[in-house]
Amino acid sequence: MTGGTEMGKFQLITKGLIKENPTFVLLLGMCPTLATTTSAINGMSMGLATMFVLVLSNMAISLIAPYVPDKVRIPSYIVVIATFVTVLELVMKAYVPDVYETLGLFIPLIVVNCIVLGRAEAFANKNNVIDSALDGLGIGLGFTVSLTVLGLVREILGNLSIFDWKFAGSDGILAFVLAPGAFLALGYLIVIFRKLTSKKAE
Amino acid sequence: MEFILIIISAVFVNNILLSQFLGICPFLGVSNKLSTAAGMSMAVCFVITLATVVTYLLNMLLVNFNLEFLQTISFILVIAALVQMVEIVLKKISPALYSALGIFLPLITTNCAVLGVALTVVQKSSPFAAAADGMFNLGEAVVYAFATSLGFGLAMVLFAGLREQLSLNNVPKAFKGIPIALVTASILAMAFMGFSGLV
Repeated sequence: MTGGTEMGKFQLITKGLIKENPTFVLLLGMCPTLATTTSAINGMSMGLATMFVLVLSNMAISLIAPYVPDKVRIPSYIVVIATFVTVLELVMKAYVPDVYETLGLFIPLIVVNCIVLGRAEAFANKNNVIDSALDGLGIGLGFTVSLTVLGLVREILGNLSIFDWKFAGSDGILAFVLAPGAFLALGYLIVIFRKLTSKKAE
Repeated sequence: MEFILIIISAVFVNNILLSQFLGICPFLGVSNKLSTAAGMSMAVCFVITLATVVTYLLNMLLVNFNLEFLQTISFILVIAALVQMVEIVLKKISPALYSALGIFLPLITTNCAVLGVALTVVQKSSPFAAAADGMFNLGEAVVYAFATSLGFGLAMVLFAGLREQLSLNNVPKAFKGIPIALVTASILAMAFMGFSGLV
């Protein structure tokens, strides 16, 4: 999958949305997906934070890959990813402390998010810088959109609000903001996604 | 008394899988069979407890030199190295245990439960520590880590039992595999919510 033509480059960005959607198809990065989607805004922030790390680590890894001996490549990729996560942590602490506070532990845990290491292994170490950056952008976009949708569903059902704007006065079904709702909403969203995409294929 | 509170809280009330969402990958990935789930839980238990001790001591060093921002990067390296070392040592000392845990050990490096627990115990916001500033001392950290991994094992084994049963049932095509597992996990999480308010 080397994106030589214009069409190829465009596909690099869009494949993360449907065909290789990290959340609904590949089922990667489940921990932040379930934990941080208590509202659409939280989900979107988590997605964007992951995208930031994904793009930068993909670029750096595609640059260093030819010089890294095969045996130590996983540890060295982890160090590269951890470096960008630390940069992200410091930037978020300085400019958006509220968001950093809400997402909490899950910002440092981007290091062990299988999406990031997965893209480094599967794509960045055998493609050039620009394609790797686009790939990071595409997968990151897919992750962000999925998390926002999941957050939106949980927010609408659990809190009766959309992007923190409350459309009804009463309380929602609290369970959807708590742990059980996370599992349930994700399960049903995967089913809906499967139904929609299988219809398209026919 | 503190220790008992920490244990009950970590195993039941704030279960690492069902309320903190750490380590979901193995929870969904290797819970198809009861025996693999039990093996994975044992390996995780071993590594989490060991990693917490080592990273707790490492963190004292980092704090001493005002290098707290290096926590993430140094912890993940230590955990990765530790897992490798455990593998080598186990192979030499206890081949029986090695063959039981063997295949699960390499998977644990990227299990976010290990890094998650290591980071939780060194952060100020730790909820049930005895000291006034909310920090765990080493003893509490070890108990917390061990209890958390017991909670991991409990949820893992329960869930694997449910999934074994589930595989015999006829579920709609679109629900096959992960979706029905997620719905099951949701009901299990609801059951665990009954423990909230216990501590």
